[in-house]
Amino acid sequence: MRYLPITGADRSEMLRAIGAPSVDALFSDVPEDALLAGPVDLPHHAGEFEVEQRLSRLAGRNRAAGAGPFFCGAGSYRHHIPASVDYLIQRGEFLTSYTPYQPEIAQGTLQYLFEFQTQVCLLTGMEVANASMYDGATAAAEAVMMANRVTRRSKAVVSGNLHPHYRDTAATLARFQGFALEAGPPAPAGGEDLASRIDGDTSCVVVQYPDLFGNIRDFSELAEAAHAKGALLVVVVTEIVALGALRPPGGMGADIVAAEGQSLGNAMSFGGPHLGLFAARTRHMRQMPGRLCGETVDADGRRGYVLTLATREQHIRRERATSNICTNSGLCSLAFTIHLTLLGETGLKRLAALNHAGAVSLADRLGDRVVTPHFFNEFTVRLDGDAADAVERLAGGGVLAGVPVSRLHPGAGLDDLLLVAVTETAGADDIDALAEALQ
Amino acid sequence: MTGNSHDTVSGDLGLSIEEPLIFEQDSPGAVGVDWPEAEAGADRLGGLARSGPVGLPSLAEPTVVRHYTRLSQKNYGIDTGLFPLGSCTMKHNPRLNERMARLPGFADIHPLQPESTVQGALALCREVQRWLSVLTGMPGVALTPGAGAHGELCGMMAIRAALDAGGEASADRRRVLVPDSAHGTNPATAAALGFEVVSIPEDERGRVDPGRFEALAGEGGVAAVMLTNPNTCGVFENDIRRIADAVHEAGGYFYCDGANFNAIVGRVRPGDLGVDAMHINLHKTFSTPHGGGGPGSGPVVFSEALAPYAPVPRIVEEDGVLRLEEANGRAFGRMKAFHGQMGMFVRALAYMMSHGADGLRQVSGDAVLNANYLLRRLEDVYSAPFAHSGPAMHEALFDDRALRDTGVSTLDIAKAMIDEGLHPMTVYFPLVVHGAMLVEPTETETRASLDRFIAIMRGLAERAKSGAPLTEAPFHAPRRRLDETQAARKPVLRWQGARE
Repeated sequence: MRYLPITGADRSEMLRAIGAPSVDALFSDVPEDALLAGPVDLPHHAGEFEVEQRLSRLAGRNRAAGAGPFFCGAGSYRHHIPASVDYLIQRGEFLTSYTPYQPEIAQGTLQYLFEFQTQVCLLTGMEVANASMYDGATAAAEAVMMANRVTRRSKAVVSGNLHPHYRDTAATLARFQGFALEAGPPAPAGGEDLASRIDGDTSCVVVQYPDLFGNIRDFSELAEAAHAKGALLVVVVTEIVALGALRPPGGMGADIVAAEGQSLGNAMSFGGPHLGLFAARTRHMRQMPGRLCGETVDADGRRGYVLTLATREQHIRRERATSNICTNSGLCSLAFTIHLTLLGETGLKRLAALNHAGAVSLADRLGDRVVTPHFFNEFTVRLDGDAADAVERLAGGGVLAGVPVSRLHPGAGLDDLLLVAVTETAGADDIDALAEALQ
Repeated sequence: MTGNSHDTVSGDLGLSIEEPLIFEQDSPGAVGVDWPEAEAGADRLGGLARSGPVGLPSLAEPTVVRHYTRLSQKNYGIDTGLFPLGSCTMKHNPRLNERMARLPGFADIHPLQPESTVQGALALCREVQRWLSVLTGMPGVALTPGAGAHGELCGMMAIRAALDAGGEASADRRRVLVPDSAHGTNPATAAALGFEVVSIPEDERGRVDPGRFEALAGEGGVAAVMLTNPNTCGVFENDIRRIADAVHEAGGYFYCDGANFNAIVGRVRPGDLGVDAMHINLHKTFSTPHGGGGPGSGPVVFSEALAPYAPVPRIVEEDGVLRLEEANGRAFGRMKAFHGQMGMFVRALAYMMSHGADGLRQVSGDAVLNANYLLRRLEDVYSAPFAHSGPAMHEALFDDRALRDTGVSTLDIAKAMIDEGLHPMTVYFPLVVHGAMLVEPTETETRASLDRFIAIMRGLAERAKSGAPLTEAPFHAPRRRLDETQAARKPVLRWQGARE
């Protein structure tokens, strides 16, 4: 077997050194009837070519986004990933390293995390960011729990326009942790009144920017209303490229930003792995979940980086930790930071502008069918019939037209609504094709 | 350092090159990606356009490639050498798996495309479920948890849901028994879900004492036990059946932390031991890369009793067509957005198919062989507290008794290993052993690599006893020891420099 270097001769000599008659004898502590006599009922080992062939066949049964016009979004976006991103993250020293617990030989990981945290702060307009989380939905759930800790309250008011998977992820935790999560009904055209739902028990208000339907709005007043009642404002972002064009949530008074970072550097990959971004205010730093990388010096006085404030974390605090979280999304955060470094100030702004221009051009073509008054690169379209049927029909013709709202809000009476995302990967021809198909 | 005839003008030394932050390499006007300017037109941003700069630095592609290449050279990976971190299973990461995960049919598909256009992806998920189910002997497989600790959360939520569904006094059933040797995530998970953590001390064999466990379980109110097996003392809990029976008799469930599944994969099915739920770290046993701290993937396998409570989405088959089921009466909820770590499923399946049932059996056999070999070749110089409790499993545990009176600590040995070109083992864990050193070589090391490790470890023990200055090490790494106290006391978590 090509990955297993111990030879038969090695094995005999090693067993002699150990003083055991066989490898099987090393399992003598396992209850005898639980020890399998031979291999389980699964195929035997296979060569590289054979594995490649079989998996390629499975991959071939999926329609890749690059095969035709593509407009799906709703939390996972298709952006172009520069070739150097994928090359750099596959360097073995990054790919095959562990969590940087031995900082002297992990400065590569630690320095990029420090740069990553700074970039996340700049994008979101926040003061402090962690080293990433599993995904946007889990980051949002952690944000609610952090708001509960900070305010010592236990009721979250949640926008009906928060991505339902995010809402459900937080609601699942709420159910077991015993806090309340009050989610409103979806409001495709925006304009929800959330301020009136905040009271003295509210730990936080959770909004999405742009929201599920693509709406964008200024949350400054909502932030004031929340703060006046002692609650925090949590802003969720599922399309991080939007912050290249839009005012950052930090400037609107957000206390915590929980975002999905997949759009930069990471393939859609059927929804995972993605990476959660998590940013907050310095005064709440010690209540943050997840890993934090900080600057320090070594014994020779040279600048270096370490994981820090670990006293919040499970491996130190055990049952008193701020979160049970252990892993971050290391390699995905590396891809994110490399892509953003390549883009830089100019590249990010151009990329964001191209996304918006594409979306505007499609929206102009669709006219009154567009439900969303203001948006970044994604908006909602009202069709004459069932959106899921239309998507299925168009997929047959090679166009992946978007995400029907019924896929995320089944049975909510929104079956004629379609979410359409236009990134820089959609060309003018693609936009024409979709506009014609939806007319 | 000054005055040495080997000093360099720059301060850099050969391949060891200092690398400033990207923010210190800002070159306004440079760009690393060529996007055209969008055609001018009316925006529909409703007055929310960002004003002013984001503050990102500008660098051209060659600068960026060099930056991250130099950073990578300050890292140690499995590709560099032996990485014996106990409980982390740092094994070889085959590049075939990377190639497979990047096939456009897997990487370039959207989670909410019509199901008719992703039948291959759903079939792949089902295939991963089948392998995990057969290997563990457990009928239910939840794929969505994003990492091991997330899998623990998933398993314990299913247990809570099952207890709640049972009705009768579920609220009084909140005690979770956790051995002191457990990973910190176990008590943190239990506490996060409102359970009361009751710790179980290890006995002198490095195991849970079954009599003591039965007594604790008999005190009532037991929701579950969370047990790692093989445990973090490096031995198999040989009373596991008694423990399982006791927790079941007490009306609770058996959660197994599957972090150490690599020791038994292909030889022992946790389902045969009375386990009700177990997470599997795909990034450990099934070799998806650790990537400097994730992304992980932590599918959970469930017994018949718990399977109905598994989270959504689930993959179901109707008339030969696969689809995602988003609602199910007894499902406890949702773990994260979409359907799980697809990119990790592809890699893990490539790994499982490459090894096959026969190869996976060899994986656990060689992993255990290698650990026992290290244990027997080092136990005369490093004290091994449980070396006589039976064979080690895939990890060899040492403590710092042998270093007593040398002035050298476990940490010093770890840092000295860095100078020798080794990544240190796990240190000071498990907490139940003083100055613990937990060594997990994995099955992908050669005999020569193990012998080199043994020679270095024996040499370091000798040096410690002869008073060598190990307390200063490392000297030859990109950095000397870092001041962690300063980092925590005055946290600097982002670049502070001003932009012109």
